[in-house]
Amino acid sequence: MNTVIRYFKSLLLIELIKGLGVTGKYFVKTKYTVRYPEENIPKSNRFRGLHALRRYANGEERCIACKLCEAVCPALAITIDSAPRADGSRRTTRYDIDLFKCIFCGFCEESCPVDSIVETHVLEYHFEHRSESIVHKHQLLAIGDRYEAEIAAARAQDAAFR
Amino acid sequence: MMELFTLVWSWLHTEQPLSVFVFTMIKIALVVLPLTIAVAFYSLWERKVIGWMQVRKGPVYVGKGWLQPFADVFKLLFKELVIPAKANGFLFLLAPMLTLVPSFAAWAVIPFDAQLVISNSNVGLLYLLAMTSMGVYGIILAGWASNSKYAFLGAMRSAAQVVSYEIAMGFALVGVLIAAGSLNLSKIVLAQAGNTGVFEWFWLPLLPLFVIYFLAGVAETNRAPFDVAEGESEIVAGFHVEYSGSAFALFFLAEYANMILISFLASILFLGGWLSPFPQSFIPQDASWLWLPIKDGWWWLLLKANVFAFLYLWLRATYPRYRYDQIMRLGWKVFIPITIVWVLVAGVMVYGGWLVAGA
Repeated sequence: MNTVIRYFKSLLLIELIKGLGVTGKYFVKTKYTVRYPEENIPKSNRFRGLHALRRYANGEERCIACKLCEAVCPALAITIDSAPRADGSRRTTRYDIDLFKCIFCGFCEESCPVDSIVETHVLEYHFEHRSESIVHKHQLLAIGDRYEAEIAAARAQDAAFR
Repeated sequence: MMELFTLVWSWLHTEQPLSVFVFTMIKIALVVLPLTIAVAFYSLWERKVIGWMQVRKGPVYVGKGWLQPFADVFKLLFKELVIPAKANGFLFLLAPMLTLVPSFAAWAVIPFDAQLVISNSNVGLLYLLAMTSMGVYGIILAGWASNSKYAFLGAMRSAAQVVSYEIAMGFALVGVLIAAGSLNLSKIVLAQAGNTGVFEWFWLPLLPLFVIYFLAGVAETNRAPFDVAEGESEIVAGFHVEYSGSAFALFFLAEYANMILISFLASILFLGGWLSPFPQSFIPQDASWLWLPIKDGWWWLLLKANVFAFLYLWLRATYPRYRYDQIMRLGWKVFIPITIVWVLVAGVMVYGGWLVAGA
């Protein structure tokens, strides 16, 4: 009896019509495609992209060379040298991040007592030479200057949860 | 201007050899040019439909997607036509033409409306069978002349497959012949006219033949899920691996023209061609143009053919490719027995007076 039922099921193309139903359903569904360079998906304000060093409003760099980020970095991507500045305050003379080593975990940002090192929402960047993967202090500060408004806005949005 | 037009028009209808030749050429151009454009947009429609069924958007960049087929065509035309060193050059170039010519020639007997046909031949169906079978010669020659093992395998597969499905297709057509009592396609359509509209068409009494005709048509045009002749995952691209540029474009054109042809044929033979699906009593008989869209006319044929053309793409987006031996099993052990039985049933129906042509 089962054989007979199966025979008629295959003869009447039941399973095949079900298959057509599945693709027919997806035919009218909303499409997932994002036309990437023109369109973009929304990003969280906690998005961890390219790093930046921030400044205070008066232009003074925030970093005090405590080296907590260097210590916490699981990929050993951060290298810091420090020395007293002319006015006697403790400052970094070298702040390098190897972006090839970095795993974008965000620990450096979390460990920073003065909110100096942050990860921005920037994810579209490239290097033209291998050595450019190591970004130096002046580059990080420049990134911070450039995106300060966005960085501050994202931190303000997330402030209640920190 | 009007006088000139009437002058030319009356000259075209004189039975001189030259005027007949010119008039036929004009008619052919009026079929072939829209057909070529239809092929271009059918290829776009295919990419769109398959994209949508895979929850993608399909082509969206070249002119919002609308100019994509022309971009493809120009790319193919400007590409170099490579002829492999060990290939048979003459046959290699003959093959795409041999595929293209029958797929366009078959349109000569397609009736688009009551009087709208290039050649109202009394052996139209026979001619169609001949033309659709001719296409496989191009494929076999392409496979052989390429001197490549993949192309050869594709050609052998396609030859065996097309020959097998030709039989089932032929029997399905025999069923239509018995029901309509004519080989003339216009008469076949008129044999489906009647008072109840859609229920007078042959799809109802010949339902198994209708389904088998369309599926055999899909196999005949080497389309998914019967596309073992191309079989990208097994034999690269089958019979047209070695083809590039404009020769490849000809194969492409022929394949899509054949698909549209099968769509038209399925509508003409089983879905009443240009006939309106509404019952005669439902259609107001006054001459108002308002009621034109629901009266009989070529737009119904286009609509029906569009449904089948869409079905082609739907099948391709849904089913995986048949294994070669399963294709043979389906053709020989399922389709042919069913069609033979139903040809008998159709004969009994006509003999017993349950199926009367044109009533």
